[in-house]
Amino acid sequence: MPLYLNDDQAMLRDTARSFMAGEGAIRTQLRHWRDKGCVDGFGHALWKQFAEMGFTGILIAEADGGLGLGHVEAGIVLEEIGRNLTPSPFLVSAVAFVEALKGTALRDRWYPGILAGDTVAALAIDEGPKHRPDDIEMRADRSGNGFSLTGRKQFVVQGASADVTLVAAQTDEGLTLFAVGKDAKGLEVEGVRLADSSIGARMTFESVEVDADAVVGDVGGGETVLARALNAGRTGAAAELVGVGAASMEMTVDYLKQRRQFGRLIGEFQALQFRAAHLYSELEIARAATLKAQQLLDEGSEDAEAMVSVAKAKAGRVSQLAVQEGVQMHGGIGMTDEYDIGLYMKRDRVLNELFGDPAYHADRLARMKGY
Amino acid sequence: MPDLETFRAETRAWLEANCPAEMRQPIRGESDACWGGRNPSFKSEAQKQWMEVMAARGWTVPDWPKDYGGGGLSAAETKILKQEMARIGARNPLMSFGISMLGPALLKYGNEEQKKRFLREIALGQIRWCQGYSEPGAGSDLASLQTKCEEVFDENGGSHWLVNGQKVWTSYADKADWIFCLVRTDPAAPKHKGISFLLFDMASDGVSTKPILLISGNSPFCETFFDDVKVPKDQLVGELNKGWDVAKYLLGHEREMISGMGLGGQGESLGAALAESLADDPILRADIARFDVDAMAFRAMSERFIDELKAGQAHPAQPSMMKYAGTELNKARHELVMAAGGSNALEWESDRSKEGKAAREWLRTKANSIEGGTSEVQLGIIAKRILELPGA
Repeated sequence: MPLYLNDDQAMLRDTARSFMAGEGAIRTQLRHWRDKGCVDGFGHALWKQFAEMGFTGILIAEADGGLGLGHVEAGIVLEEIGRNLTPSPFLVSAVAFVEALKGTALRDRWYPGILAGDTVAALAIDEGPKHRPDDIEMRADRSGNGFSLTGRKQFVVQGASADVTLVAAQTDEGLTLFAVGKDAKGLEVEGVRLADSSIGARMTFESVEVDADAVVGDVGGGETVLARALNAGRTGAAAELVGVGAASMEMTVDYLKQRRQFGRLIGEFQALQFRAAHLYSELEIARAATLKAQQLLDEGSEDAEAMVSVAKAKAGRVSQLAVQEGVQMHGGIGMTDEYDIGLYMKRDRVLNELFGDPAYHADRLARMKGY
Repeated sequence: MPDLETFRAETRAWLEANCPAEMRQPIRGESDACWGGRNPSFKSEAQKQWMEVMAARGWTVPDWPKDYGGGGLSAAETKILKQEMARIGARNPLMSFGISMLGPALLKYGNEEQKKRFLREIALGQIRWCQGYSEPGAGSDLASLQTKCEEVFDENGGSHWLVNGQKVWTSYADKADWIFCLVRTDPAAPKHKGISFLLFDMASDGVSTKPILLISGNSPFCETFFDDVKVPKDQLVGELNKGWDVAKYLLGHEREMISGMGLGGQGESLGAALAESLADDPILRADIARFDVDAMAFRAMSERFIDELKAGQAHPAQPSMMKYAGTELNKARHELVMAAGGSNALEWESDRSKEGKAAREWLRTKANSIEGGTSEVQLGIIAKRILELPGA
């Protein structure tokens, strides 16, 4: 399979690009909901539109009512989301959560709502300020017909508006994932606005009782389910980071062609040209790594895991470079709320932390490679 | 697709049957490669055999047309061949500037007679080529080159070219059979418009070479002198005074070739290769883990670039990006290899260090971001041609 988009994928990109640049634009979505102080941080009407466009069914099998497409296609939509900073539950709900449920009995329960753009799903994994999925301490003990969950989670993206949250906890049999409904008794949700004005949540579980059928996959089989969710989430976040980085670079290069100082366009200065060219080069590489990870996941290759970490780490570092160069090259106006470049910087920071930062993924890669 | 799967199966079986075990070991530097040539020096019988069986199949240049000694494979088939070779660790059977640089330029700009005459010899590894580009006064500003080429008429009414001047940094000029050379054919024209692209035999009267001792202690590069060198008229490629087009096109291919150094041979993880040295050195381990992220990402970029190139989707200036990124990566790799090796890697002549192999390679890589256009030249090209920044 060649490492570029095929014709169908290029068509999807064109569709997603014009949709996101129109309906999902910064002014109509991000700034609109932020300035209103929206408690969800995104618009439910747009989520419905995602469903009408078919985006929410990309990773759902045709037999389950979806489009039966892959991570490449999900990434195409996410890159456009990244370009426009479009706030939506797409990454966690339609990508990570959908992948987690793949092949499990809970599909019928949750897929229809996601396909329709009615249901919002979240992932509760992190328990401290950094992503450490190997050190999950939250407990799920057998109780009656099911389990009793006790512990704390944070950085639960869209957790405040989620209808269902995928929760990782330890049982006597090992790590197990649960799909916990929003009305569960003993679940306390504190919505928190993050730097990029998206809404995350801190969740406190105080003996939250769930039925045995809330278990996703097998009891003690959480590693597999979590791996599916994280591979999808990380690769998806990498694609969104590529979009954030690409839009930042394009905006900055445009600015270099307009802004005059010392009697000439600042884009004529070699000091800035070389930095812009270096950024272009890095971004091309990040895009290739991300596409490679998506293709390997879609092929079910055993090399996928390593490439997922490469993609998340590389896209994260490159997007970080893009937003930092972006603000610096914009000069003073780059520091103003009125200009969009600063919004990209904030989104980049959040996406870099989500599902593991570049340091986490470089370390993970090193372990996989035996050092 | 079933056809491709058949091709893969057949290719796999053929490689298994024909690639000697010795040729499935990683190449240890340029001196360990097979270069072919008029008087080839093979390191082993296996090396000779491997080059010959591959050449007989056209697989030293799998995607060139069969008429010119190539394999006539499609882009997809070529990719499969590369994958299957990588699978068993098969070496490149023939390292050749003819293949990586001159061939593509001849395919595009050569006339039919030149293609017939030169391409098959290249494919078969019979002629070793060198590149006459840089001059003492023309480095990054290559188009200011001064090597003079004029038409001289014989007594019988015929004519030939007469070449006078000097080239520098000519890789393996002392071992090459022929040279592809940029010469000034119109000194009065603007600098880009008076250059022609000429081929000639290094055994011609008036050609001499002098190896240059480099910081690595090796001498892969030479000074090359031309003193009244006579060259037949039909050895000029493309149009007279339009050699700069050929030169630029060839440079794109040279940059592609050099960018391949970013891949760093076989084995995708540097950290895995150096694991023992990293156990008690967490900061170096972290540096190398970050490097591995960059290297594996670049590997994906390289695959994407080749796929896009074959499909005609790559930006024409993309080789500059590849060259820049690949060479900077290769330099970083060798800094890390030296750091992991510690004082062992500093030994310059001992048997233990294989005569300072690591140190010499580390120093060799410093040329990567200079040869074929410096990193700064590449960044300038990206800024101008891809980002379209003003006045670049």
